Amino acid sequence: MIRVAWARLPEYLGQHVLISVSAIAIGFLISLPLAVAVSRIGWLRGPALAAASVVQTIPGLALLALFYPLLLALSVFTRHAFGFGFRALGFLPALLALTLYSMLPVLRNTVAALAGIDAAVLTAARGVGMTPRQSLWLVELPLAAPVIMAGLRTAAVWVIGTATLSTPVGQTSLGNYIFTGLQTENWVFVLFGCVAAALLALVIDRLLALAEDGFALRSRGRLLAAVAGLIIVVGASLAPLFGGEERPIVIGTKSFEEQYILGAVIGDKLDKAGFKTVRRDGLGSTVIFHALEAGDVDVYVDYSGTLWTTQMHRADMPGRKAVLGQLSAWLKTRGDRSVGTLGFENAYAFAMRRDKAKAMGIETLADLAAYAPRLKIGGDFEIFSRPEWAAVVKTYGLHFAAQRQYQANFMYSAVADGDVDVISAFSSDGRIAQYDLKLIGDPKQALPPYDAVLLVSPRHAGDAKLLAALKPLIGSIDLGTMQRANLMVDRSDDKKTPEQAAAWLARH
Amino acid sequence: MTPMIALEGVSLAYPGGQAAAVREVSLDVAEGTFFVLIGESGCGKTTTLHLINRLLEPSAGQVLIDGEDARKLDPVALRRGMGFIFQAIGLFPHLTVAENVGITPKLLGWPAPEIAARTDELLELVRLNPAEFRDRLPARLSGGQRQRVGLARALAARPKIMLMDEPFGALDPLTRDELSAEYRALHDRLGLTTVLVTHDMTEALLLADTIAVMRDGRIVQVGSPKELLSAPADDFVRSLIETPRRRAAELAKAVAP
Repeated sequence: MIRVAWARLPEYLGQHVLISVSAIAIGFLISLPLAVAVSRIGWLRGPALAAASVVQTIPGLALLALFYPLLLALSVFTRHAFGFGFRALGFLPALLALTLYSMLPVLRNTVAALAGIDAAVLTAARGVGMTPRQSLWLVELPLAAPVIMAGLRTAAVWVIGTATLSTPVGQTSLGNYIFTGLQTENWVFVLFGCVAAALLALVIDRLLALAEDGFALRSRGRLLAAVAGLIIVVGASLAPLFGGEERPIVIGTKSFEEQYILGAVIGDKLDKAGFKTVRRDGLGSTVIFHALEAGDVDVYVDYSGTLWTTQMHRADMPGRKAVLGQLSAWLKTRGDRSVGTLGFENAYAFAMRRDKAKAMGIETLADLAAYAPRLKIGGDFEIFSRPEWAAVVKTYGLHFAAQRQYQANFMYSAVADGDVDVISAFSSDGRIAQYDLKLIGDPKQALPPYDAVLLVSPRHAGDAKLLAALKPLIGSIDLGTMQRANLMVDRSDDKKTPEQAAAWLARH
Repeated sequence: MTPMIALEGVSLAYPGGQAAAVREVSLDVAEGTFFVLIGESGCGKTTTLHLINRLLEPSAGQVLIDGEDARKLDPVALRRGMGFIFQAIGLFPHLTVAENVGITPKLLGWPAPEIAARTDELLELVRLNPAEFRDRLPARLSGGQRQRVGLARALAARPKIMLMDEPFGALDPLTRDELSAEYRALHDRLGLTTVLVTHDMTEALLLADTIAVMRDGRIVQVGSPKELLSAPADDFVRSLIETPRRRAAELAKAVAP
């Protein structure tokens, strides 16, 4: 597993350094002049420092997430108003959020340092005939430099740490190890990501500390050493990003095991067909479709019912074939392309312990409705806000005593241990068999079908070579096979990586 | 002959409407004069000095430098043409002694070799060995050495006018006597016009060609040390001017057997 982690390091580290250094540099270039303005114009001080402090109180993940809808709305606006849009996902939202995050320490330190300069020195600066600008550049900023550098150090450590959270908005970072690791319970990955981010922060911090000493002790040697060190570290990290000329095919995955396995399966197929590929892992379920349309992701697997309800906003259920047919047509109008179905369904399906279901005589959701007010239901982070849930509630009149949300991994053990009575399971999940859960029937077809569909972005919709490479996957994975592959990754004994499960899947 | 510095009915009211810091001050300082402004703390003598190089602007009246209205001159150019030195000195802590001394020539755009030569010349003038002190930082200087560097910095761009605000106030008595005597000699040798602010009458009497006594923002009397001694304008001037003599008498009594 360490070997897999090492193999991804050049890309993850490079992207992490790219986003962090850009954010720190832009943040510094904004907050330094702002701090000078604040120290010159008294009334600016309160509002500027307060605004920067408020930004700091917003949790890093929330701040990053906030920029996605903001930029999406802005992009829609510019597309209408000026005829061009931009990518609301990936680098830009991460850059903006991290830039904001980096500003407070530099701002606060610079303001304090400038305010703390000996009044006699300032009088002398005027007395020897310096203009205000000369006083700033020749006297005030050099004297404030060590304190400003200390602020920059704090900002750098914060940003490098927080940048790990830019993975869910589609910016690759060392956070990819952590998020992927969390989803697949691959603790080696989680630890690897944490250690790598911490080491990077430590190295950058030490180099900036050297620069700070250089300023404080007026030692040109230290300053040069620090600058050289920073150039080497940043340059070496970024080098792999500029290696290949050809734009790689971006394979996207949502944040659960099946998606990681399918990502690896697709990657394997494309690698063998001679494509250069990269992975964007752990994207949110709506985010990933927008990413496909924006060209940030080129290939991924979605589920027909998900697109039917959340993207096409359809509430009717015309049946499995009709859903697929209309979905393909709809995708074509948007320039995306459905290559076809993989052969299995990963449907939302409600499940309970077999013994409990038997005792209550529950076979279908209609039977469940009578018991629901005394039962607790557990779901993943999405289900209760999805249209499918609203449809089920409406169709069967379901009202539970309590609702709990879990990470998908923990949901199955929660129902097995009796923490909740019913869960919103996924039909292809291997743990349904492992925990001997009973799937509850949906006779009124409130839930749509969820065929796994392979999607290609508008950019590659006409790429015959790519489509030919993907074609063999169509209809190649049945439900039983997918369940077994999923279980390999989910189970705690003889646990496999998604890559190993993908290799197994390829042989079956 | 036009005076080098002239103040005509100059007032400065600080915002807030309190008592004016300087009220209707008129002074003529002839070229080559060693002019001392004396008075108690808060009498407006430092404010008056700052009005001359436009660190402060008068709210009424005008300041003339060599016959020209100071308001029509660029304040930055004006300050570069005057030496300015004050008790706290304000050496730039991040610059070496040589860089401190050479700052005004550098701002004026002198070529580097000329600045270097001038810096060494000035360090010799204030009796600091250039080889030893040139590359030191101010933190590694004694109080007397710092004030010598401050003096060299003020003289660097060959000003005709020197403005000094209690320049020797923080020094130990021996250094102070030595440095003030040296400066008076420099004043004569370089043909400077000096305005020095102090509250020490002994210093004033020993250095000055002309003394102006200030009280509550006004000029009470202007004259040579001799004139002030022989004909003080009022009891305040009399008690002030007699301080050195009175203290000498007390001293004699105290040490008498």
